[in-house]
Amino acid sequence: MPLPTPFHSRTSAVCDSYEWRNWSGFLSAGIYEMSHDREYYAIRNSAALIDVTPLFKYEVSGPDAARLVDRVITRDVTRQRVGQVYYTPWCDSRGKVIDDGTVSRLDTNHFRITSADPSGRWFQDVGYGLNATVTNVTADLAALAIQGPRSRAILKEVVGGIDFDQLKYFHLAQGTVDGFPITVTRTGYTGDLGYELWVQPEYAERLWDCLVDRGARHGILPAGIIALDIARVEAGLIMLAVDYVSSDHAVIESQKSSPYEIGLGWAVSPSKGGFIGRQALMTEREKGSTWGFAGIQYDWNALEKLFAEEDLPPHVAGRASRSAVPVYEAGNPGHQIGQITSHTFSPIMKQYIGIGTLLNPHAQIGNRVDVEVTVEFKRKLCPAIIVPTPFFDPPRKKS
Amino acid sequence: MNTNQYDAIVIGGGHNGLVAAGYLARAGKKTLVLEKRYLVGGASVTEEVFPGFKFTVFSYVVSLFRPEIIRDLNLPAHGLTILPLESTLTPTYDGRDCLYRDGDHYQTLRNIARFSQRDADAYDEYARYMYFMAKAVRYILGVIPPDPTTFNPKDLKGLLDMARHFLGLSQDQLYVLAKLMTMSAADFVEQWFESEPLKATLSASGIIGTFLGPRSPGTAYVLLHHYMGEIDGAYRAWGFHKGGTGGLAQVLARAAEAQGAEIRCNAGVAQVLTKGGRTSGVVLENGDEIHAPLVLSSLDPKQTFLRLVDPNQLPDDLVGAVRRFQTLGSSGKVNLALDRAPELASRPGVGRHLAGAISMSPNLDYIERAYDDAKYGNFSREPYVDVIIPSMIDPDMAPPGKHVMSCFVQYAPYKLADGEWTDEKREAFGDAVVNVLERAFPDIRDIILHRQVLTPVDVERITGITQGNIFHGELNLSQLFFLRPAAGYAKYRTPIKGYYQCGSGTHPGGGIMGAPGRLGALEALKDAR
Repeated sequence: MPLPTPFHSRTSAVCDSYEWRNWSGFLSAGIYEMSHDREYYAIRNSAALIDVTPLFKYEVSGPDAARLVDRVITRDVTRQRVGQVYYTPWCDSRGKVIDDGTVSRLDTNHFRITSADPSGRWFQDVGYGLNATVTNVTADLAALAIQGPRSRAILKEVVGGIDFDQLKYFHLAQGTVDGFPITVTRTGYTGDLGYELWVQPEYAERLWDCLVDRGARHGILPAGIIALDIARVEAGLIMLAVDYVSSDHAVIESQKSSPYEIGLGWAVSPSKGGFIGRQALMTEREKGSTWGFAGIQYDWNALEKLFAEEDLPPHVAGRASRSAVPVYEAGNPGHQIGQITSHTFSPIMKQYIGIGTLLNPHAQIGNRVDVEVTVEFKRKLCPAIIVPTPFFDPPRKKS
Repeated sequence: MNTNQYDAIVIGGGHNGLVAAGYLARAGKKTLVLEKRYLVGGASVTEEVFPGFKFTVFSYVVSLFRPEIIRDLNLPAHGLTILPLESTLTPTYDGRDCLYRDGDHYQTLRNIARFSQRDADAYDEYARYMYFMAKAVRYILGVIPPDPTTFNPKDLKGLLDMARHFLGLSQDQLYVLAKLMTMSAADFVEQWFESEPLKATLSASGIIGTFLGPRSPGTAYVLLHHYMGEIDGAYRAWGFHKGGTGGLAQVLARAAEAQGAEIRCNAGVAQVLTKGGRTSGVVLENGDEIHAPLVLSSLDPKQTFLRLVDPNQLPDDLVGAVRRFQTLGSSGKVNLALDRAPELASRPGVGRHLAGAISMSPNLDYIERAYDDAKYGNFSREPYVDVIIPSMIDPDMAPPGKHVMSCFVQYAPYKLADGEWTDEKREAFGDAVVNVLERAFPDIRDIILHRQVLTPVDVERITGITQGNIFHGELNLSQLFFLRPAAGYAKYRTPIKGYYQCGSGTHPGGGIMGAPGRLGALEALKDAR
C-alpha cells in the first residue's frame, strides 16, 4: 500500500477526483479536479504546486564527495560551482544510461542528488575507497515544485533570505519560510519558470499552507501528474522507464541507451577526467550513435483527414500517453525506423507532439516520418516532422 | 519607392481585419491594416480603464475561433493562450440557490436533478443531439456560401457538397436540424427540459447579440454556436484568452506582422477610392491617400457600402438590402473593478465556481420580460447578465487580490423610446445591472471600486460598429449564409472590383471566429491570381 507523503493532509483535502497514483511507493495525486485543464494551465499561466516528494534523494558528503559524484555523472563536477544545480544522466561502464536526475552542489563537499530509481548501492559501490558518505534522504526531505509564470512572485512573498531576482536558472539558494529553513532550486519538470522547494517533512504542511495562502492571489492551484506529464512532453523532457529503459532494468541489450541516444549528449563532458562509461561514450561520440532522440510534431491537417476518412471530427486524447507507437520512414510503411515513447496533444501549441528514438539519421531536424495512429480501430499512418525540443520554450524559463 | 503604395489594404484592425491581413501577407501581398483607434482589436480590446485593472471592454470570451486559422497563421508561436472556462453557474431569482454545471459530469447531473430528475436524465441525450448538429454546422463555417438561385456550376457543386454532407445525417438528426433552424431557443430546449434555470440558461445562448427574445423563432440556431467547440475535442478554442480578447488581437497583430503586414493605428479611413468601377485605394480621415489594387473592409455592411463608398455607384438592390440589413444594437456591457473576490449568496467562498460563467438567467420568463422592455424601446429593468470574472482565470487582469468583473448585459436598445441615451440613463442602466448582481452577490455594492457602463451608443462611438451591434448584424436566418449581408453579395465581393468584405457582417457571422476575415481574404486572393 502506497504511503502518504508529508503533504498528504493537504493534497488529500483538495483531491476531489480521488485519482491517486503510486509513485515509487507514495500516494501521488494524478489529478485534483475532475479535469486536468485548469491544473495544466496553472503551470503555463499562473502557478502550480506539485508534490514531488517521491523522487529518490541522496546526499553525498565528505572530503571526497566531489570526486565520488564526478565519477558517477557524465557532467564535469570540477566546474560545478557551489549553488549550482546540474541536470545529468549517469551510466554503467558500457556507457548505457542507468538513471537521470539533478545534482545540487550545496557546499564544496556536499551534494544532493535526485533520481527516479533507488541508486544508493550504485553510488556507494562507485565510491568504494573514497572518503565520502552516501545517505538516502528520501524520507527526510519533502519536495514541492512550484511551477509557472507567477511562481517567482509568490516565492518573493513567502520565502525570506533569498534574492529571487538573482537566483538563476539551475541554481539554488537557502532561505526561510515562517521561521523554518528551506532550500530552493530553480529547477523543474515543466519547461516553465519554476522552482523546487526542499524542506524537512515536519515543515511540509506549513510550507504548503503558506504557499496556498499567499499564492491564492496569484491563481495558484495544486497540479497532479496528469498535467505535469503534458508539460514535460512539451518541454521535451524524458522519463525513465517510459522514454528509455535503465541499463539496470534492461533484460536485453537492445533496450539500453546511451546519453546520446536519449537527447542527453550535451550533458556528456568529453573534457573531464575519468568517469564511469567514459571510454565507451568517447568511442560512440566518434563513431556515431545507432539511435537519435527526436521531437516529433504530427501534421494536424493530415491527422484531421485520417479522422475524416471515418467521418469523424479529429479526436485526440486530452491526456499524455506513455504507450509507444511505431514510426516509419516517410512513404515506406514497411520500414520501421523507431518509436514515439511519450506523446500528447499540446493545449498551448495546439499541436499533437511526441518524443521518441529513431534510427540515425532519421532523427535529424526537418526529417519527415510517418507515425502510426489508430482511428476507429484501424491502423493508419500520419505524416509528421522532426522538430527541435523543447517544443514549448518560453523566455521566462531562464529570465 | 512610393511608401503609400500597397498590394492590399485592410480597413479596420479588429480580429477579422487582422486575420485577413495575416492571410494576405502570407500570400506575399504587401499589406497595410488601417485602424482608427490607438490600438488594434476593434471590439476585441483589453484596456486598463482603471489603474491596474484590465477590462475586456466589449467582447469577453473566445468562442469559435477557427482551428485552421490558428494553424495557418501559427498563432501559438505568437502567444495564443486560450484558458479554460468550463463551468456555468445560474443563480435562482432570489440568489439563494444556484444550478452549477462544470466538467464534473455526474456532479453536474446531480445538480440538475435537484431542480428536475427528468432533466438530469435528458441532459446526455441533449448533448448527443447537439454534437451531431454542431458537426453538421461546423462544415458550414468553413465554406463560401453557395448561391442557390444561380446555375453557376461552382454554386451547384457547393450545394451538392452541402446536401451530401447533410444527408450524412440520419433522418432523426435532419429533423432536429430543421427544428434548430426554425424554432425558438426556448421551444427547442423545452423538447428536452422542464426546469427553469437550465432552460433559461441554455436558451440564453440563443439570444446573445440579437434583438430577439428566447421565444422568438430562429434563436435556436444561435444556441448551437455554443456547442461547436465540443466538436474540436482537445483542440477546442472556447475559453478566455490570456489578457482578454485584446490579448488575442495582439496575437493576431503579431502573427500578421510576422507575415510582413504593416499595421497603422490612429488611421481612420474616410473613403474608399473608386474609379471606373474599381478601387484604387483609400483616403484617410487626415486626407492622406494610400493606394492599393485590393481593399478589404472588415467594417460592418452599412459602413462598407453606405459610408466608405458612394452608394450611388452601387446597384439599387444592394443599397436597399444593406439599408434594411438589421443591425439593431441590443446589448450593453458593464465592467467592474472589485476590491476583492465577490462571494455568491448561494455558494459562499472563493473557488473554481467563480472561474466560469455566471449567468443571470433564473427562468425563461425573466429573459423574455427583459426582452419585452427592449421591444418597446427601454433597457431591461431586470436584464439578462452573463458574468465572468477574468481575474479569477488570468491573474494578470487585476492587481493580486483584486478582481475585474465583466458583465455582458441584454437588453439595451440602441434607440430608446424616450429619446437619446443620456449620462443619467446610462447610469440608471448600470444601476439596474448592479441590482441584478446584488441578489446573487450580496456584497457586490461594497466592493466596487470603479464601474464602466457601455450602451450600444457607446459601443458605436468607440468601435464604430453601426448601432453597436456586436455581430455587425443580427444572426437570424434571414441574414445568414447566402443572405449575409445581402442576396447575391454573400461571397465577400462587392460590385466594385478589388473591393471586398471581410467582417462579421458576412458569412458565417459574428463572434470571435475569424472565419469572415479568412474567407474574405482567400476570395480576394483567388481573384487576384
